[in-house]
Amino acid sequence: MASPRRVLADLKVFIRGYTRSKIGLFFSLVFPIILILLFGAIFSGGNGGPINVYVQNQDPGGAISERFVQALNNNSTTTVTLVNQGQNLSQYLLSHSANQGVLIPLNFTQDYGLNKTIYVVIYSNPADTSSPIVSQVVGGIITGLNTEGSPHRSIEIQQLSIKSQSYKYIDFLIPGLVGFSVLTSPMFSLVNISSEYKKTKLFKQLSLTPLTKTEWLTSKVIWYVVLGVISFFLMTQVGAALFGAHLDYALMIIPFLVIGPLFFVSLGMLVGMVSKSVESAAVVGNLITFPMMFLSGTFFPVSLMPMYLQNIAHGLPLFYLIDGLNQVMIYSNFSQALVDLELMVVLSAVAFVLAVAFFKWRED
Amino acid sequence: MSAIEVSSLEKSYGQLKAVDGISFSVRKGEVFSLLGPNGAGKTTTIEILEGLRQRDGGQVSVLAADPWKKGYQLHRKLGIIPQGFTFFPKATPREAVTYYSTLFGVKNDPDAILRKVILEDASSVYFENLSGGQKQKLGLALALVNNPELLFLDEPTTGLDPQARRNMWDVIRGLEKEGHTIMLTTHYLEEAEVLSDRVAIMNHGRIITDGTPAEIIEKHGSGERLDVRGDEKLADYVREKTGFDVTNDAGNVSVRLRDKRDAVIALASIDQSGLPWKDLRTRHDSLEDIFVKLVGGSLEEGGTIKRSSDKIVPSPGDNN
Repeated sequence: MASPRRVLADLKVFIRGYTRSKIGLFFSLVFPIILILLFGAIFSGGNGGPINVYVQNQDPGGAISERFVQALNNNSTTTVTLVNQGQNLSQYLLSHSANQGVLIPLNFTQDYGLNKTIYVVIYSNPADTSSPIVSQVVGGIITGLNTEGSPHRSIEIQQLSIKSQSYKYIDFLIPGLVGFSVLTSPMFSLVNISSEYKKTKLFKQLSLTPLTKTEWLTSKVIWYVVLGVISFFLMTQVGAALFGAHLDYALMIIPFLVIGPLFFVSLGMLVGMVSKSVESAAVVGNLITFPMMFLSGTFFPVSLMPMYLQNIAHGLPLFYLIDGLNQVMIYSNFSQALVDLELMVVLSAVAFVLAVAFFKWRED
Repeated sequence: MSAIEVSSLEKSYGQLKAVDGISFSVRKGEVFSLLGPNGAGKTTTIEILEGLRQRDGGQVSVLAADPWKKGYQLHRKLGIIPQGFTFFPKATPREAVTYYSTLFGVKNDPDAILRKVILEDASSVYFENLSGGQKQKLGLALALVNNPELLFLDEPTTGLDPQARRNMWDVIRGLEKEGHTIMLTTHYLEEAEVLSDRVAIMNHGRIITDGTPAEIIEKHGSGERLDVRGDEKLADYVREKTGFDVTNDAGNVSVRLRDKRDAVIALASIDQSGLPWKDLRTRHDSLEDIFVKLVGGSLEEGGTIKRSSDKIVPSPGDNN
């Protein structure tokens, strides 16, 4: 039976050691802030270059549709980012904080040849000053295409507005970096501690006291939850104060801040325990941590990545943590967040049980 | 009533028989030492008794319990310093004692416990900044937190300087006076002789002999010896001329005497050799002499055996 008294005693000793060493605190609290400042500054720059237009060509390979895209790309005013056909363009623009989008419809080239009326959809944000410029450029290209044939073709423009609320990069960066912090602090720390304590036989010593493995692990989870919450507040405050991040704060954030550390403390412990040495534990830990750190939507939204990387991202536990935070903090989409949370709960329960099972105080 | 009963204990690591069918018992209130070189099987034995390792064969009873099966309950009655004791680097001794007291659910005055092990002056120093001797004393302090019936000290003074070692001995003697049963392992002959009520000499996983130091000397000793400081040549000369049993260990030429007349013959031979010598004395066998005789070499500082040929013999296996 776990004893809260022993968990607290262990927690106290661990927190003292953690806060006295400074390195842990730096990487848990200060480093993510530095990343916010860095990335926030990089991506909050003014609109110096051509306007980026997200184009979804549903008639890929068509001679006329390809000419359309090229024309939009080969001018000094606009540049094109192609959006995969499988995406919902409207949703895509929302999730990328994009203000300009163009949809070239299915059978564009064929219908053009048959002189059918074609509707090219322009997504724009009425509040954005670039939107009229993009409409003008697109209009110019369409006029050119319309006047080529005889009789004149009939390509028309359909204007649609993007939801007035526009998201900025910083809005995605903060939940991403909260996830980053929840991943890295416990993972690096636990991988190191568990392999180091195994090597120095500190676990063996602790096994001679009434402290149990579950109690030891629980105290670490509690500390990293506390650290995660502190880090969360620091990051959201800095993001809002310096870069005007617009985030929703709902109670639904809390379970993610609890379940995340539980999962990564357990995973770190597991890695440290199954590794033969401190060095191999560090290698295995890095092999798991680094891909997750970059591919799970920490520094940029996953939907920006190529499809095969997106598929990989969907296999990474951190993706569900960050996606869950995004759903709560950006879209207020609690039902999707709940799906992410349920998955994280299952993964965490499995990881915790495995960590306790592989956690050996003593030897055979 | 015995605190520890061991019968035909066996433990192997792959092909290596670390503990090879040993039997002994430790009585309540006594200090019992397992003495032997590195790789003798001391630590494996003590860790089996502590419930940290599972035995392959034989019977073990510690305070009337099987330590592997009842380890968790048993640890509340035991005080243990594992070999190479370590702790959280940024914790102080006072915090460490408080931590252990809370884990064991006992009320303690940390300063009183630190005083008992003569560590009160370093009570607020981080563990990473303590000296080797102070670290070991903290290990002892933590072993005392639960007022244990039985203390296991696995090489408590290994790596300490002579002064720190003697300090530790004072502390251990104090604990013995308080009535604690203590089992310790050591590769320091003097430590075993000074601290122990009874000693078991272990080598290659077996107990070669056991008893009180006096009993062991009586049983295996060869009576009186004549010692002088001299070199190997002197030892060879005297051996050749007299036919006596002569050893040379680190410049100490030692001649075994069967009767008083042998002393005169040996001394005459030493004088006739023309080789330099000094510091003449006679003495009875020490535990060290017995050890050299039984194990076939003397113990080096690091716990390796040094044969009379002066070659250091590597330990036959890891005793961890």
